[in-house]
Amino acid sequence: MSSLRRAKPAAAQSTDAGPDTPPSLTPAELAAQRRKRRTGTLIATPGALYLLIFFVVPLGLITVYSFATRTSTGRTSLSGWNLNSYERIADDVILGIIARSAWLAFLTTVLCLLVAYPFAYYLATRPARLRARLLVLVMIPFWTNGLVRIFAIRFLLGSNGPASALSEAMGFGTFRILFTPTAVVLGMVYGFLTFMVLPLYVALERMDWRLVEAARDLYASGAKAFWRVTVPLTRSGIVAGCVLVFVPSFGSYVVPEILGGAKTLLIGSYVARQFQAARNWPLGAALSVLVIVAMLVAVAINQRNSANAERTQGVTR
Amino acid sequence: MSNLGTAGAKRSATHLLKANAWFVFAFLYVPIVVLVVFSFNDSERVNVWQGLSARWYGEALGNTQVISALRVSLIVAISSTIVSTVLGTAVALALDRYRFKGRRALDGTVYLPIVIPDITMAVMLLVFFAEAFKLIDTFGPRLTLGVTTVALSHIAFNISFVAVVVRARLDQFDRTLEEAARDLYATPWRTFRRVTLPLIAPGIAAGALLALTLSLDDVVISAFTAGPGATTLPVYVFSTIRQGVTPELNAISTLMLAASITLVVASLALQRPRSTTP
Repeated sequence: MSSLRRAKPAAAQSTDAGPDTPPSLTPAELAAQRRKRRTGTLIATPGALYLLIFFVVPLGLITVYSFATRTSTGRTSLSGWNLNSYERIADDVILGIIARSAWLAFLTTVLCLLVAYPFAYYLATRPARLRARLLVLVMIPFWTNGLVRIFAIRFLLGSNGPASALSEAMGFGTFRILFTPTAVVLGMVYGFLTFMVLPLYVALERMDWRLVEAARDLYASGAKAFWRVTVPLTRSGIVAGCVLVFVPSFGSYVVPEILGGAKTLLIGSYVARQFQAARNWPLGAALSVLVIVAMLVAVAINQRNSANAERTQGVTR
Repeated sequence: MSNLGTAGAKRSATHLLKANAWFVFAFLYVPIVVLVVFSFNDSERVNVWQGLSARWYGEALGNTQVISALRVSLIVAISSTIVSTVLGTAVALALDRYRFKGRRALDGTVYLPIVIPDITMAVMLLVFFAEAFKLIDTFGPRLTLGVTTVALSHIAFNISFVAVVVRARLDQFDRTLEEAARDLYATPWRTFRRVTLPLIAPGIAAGALLALTLSLDDVVISAFTAGPGATTLPVYVFSTIRQGVTPELNAISTLMLAASITLVVASLALQRPRSTTP
């Protein structure tokens, strides 16, 4: 996901640099251009077709299913579309689950931001060589097996695990946070913190520090220069980080399944249940559509924001 | 005086930043280290330290369920990596170099499998396979979920990751080298083989390693698209954790961690930006 941001300027650039047909072209040039177009289509087709069949079609199907009916045997009948599943979302229980998922995702995002901003600031202000090394140390857990990392938290926090043993030895008594919302938030912060660090780091690293110096020269206090210059200039990183943490936290499934208890049923697990024991595929589909829409909104916000940032940065440079 | 004050404030701010950085690194690494250390614990009970031993590694590797899950994982990871590396690289090249019909749609879609939460992607594919099987059944052959459906699903998300990594590499690419080759009358294919491909090879390799890692790590999508007998190692671990932590699980997790970190470090080393001019 980190690469997502990196690739964006590339996308913008290549659209701009495309061959805008100038008014006068020789037939040979036109033929070359057509040939190039054909090559492009040829190269893109296999991958595009694969994504069409195994991503776009499933996306369409889940939407269709969300309007379908669950038969009494738990099968799904596609005849006669209706909004029953969406109406069921208004049910108190389900609304409660959605609200809880959003709340825990929000807490996770805030905690990540509070920890990651000073961390990214520290990284970005180190000398280049040290910075590169520290960044590798950040990236390793990021790409490392997520399941195992959450398992490590579970092991650590277990009622008879090392953390509890340590606190007992130090005289604080045992603690039980496993299977509570606290444990779920902790696990999500652990799992998704790097999603916050990386965009913040990118934003801070390419920030023009002379602007901060200028503010200081004009007698702004350190705190004032930070809030009025640094924070606004790194807004794109803040938004990107928040989106990248909120989306997976909201739809998280593995973390609450391993660290959460009966009281922390989140939307991801609830969707899974509809496709497993509960056998209510249309309801599961409707909730999935909800998650997808939330994701698309978040991605759109992020995209508009980073486009804005690029424009303003062009002005300040 | 005031100068001294700000210097002091600045120093204490730096100390705070440093302390926070140490805290973050500890937060990221301590749980992993504790897990690794305890995987060498001889004790039957996970919380009692009884001395160093590799006993649970032996138990884990002697468990036929673990070995068969490992086999499935490797088959899925290797096949999905090969296919997604080829397709993902082609997509990256097409998006970076060419203009064609549907380019914008492809550009917008290719990132979605990365951002979409796993569980949504998993149920989408489950519904898709259910419908596809219904359709195919009317023509005769009866198909069921199995290793193949898991591999097909992994390709679907890995194409996107490979495309993103390769495209980042193409972004740093010095185009004049290709122009030079063409000026020297190299055919497009020859230019590609002799100039483009060698230059983006590290990017492709990094993408492939990432695909391998992600495939070996995936739990949710595998769990939903696998039939009986197609349990991957993460799915096995996931379903076992719910029954509680065992020392054997610690050992398996440590092995998965080691494999994962090795692949990630190799991928990061390959992705390091270097000057494109040899």
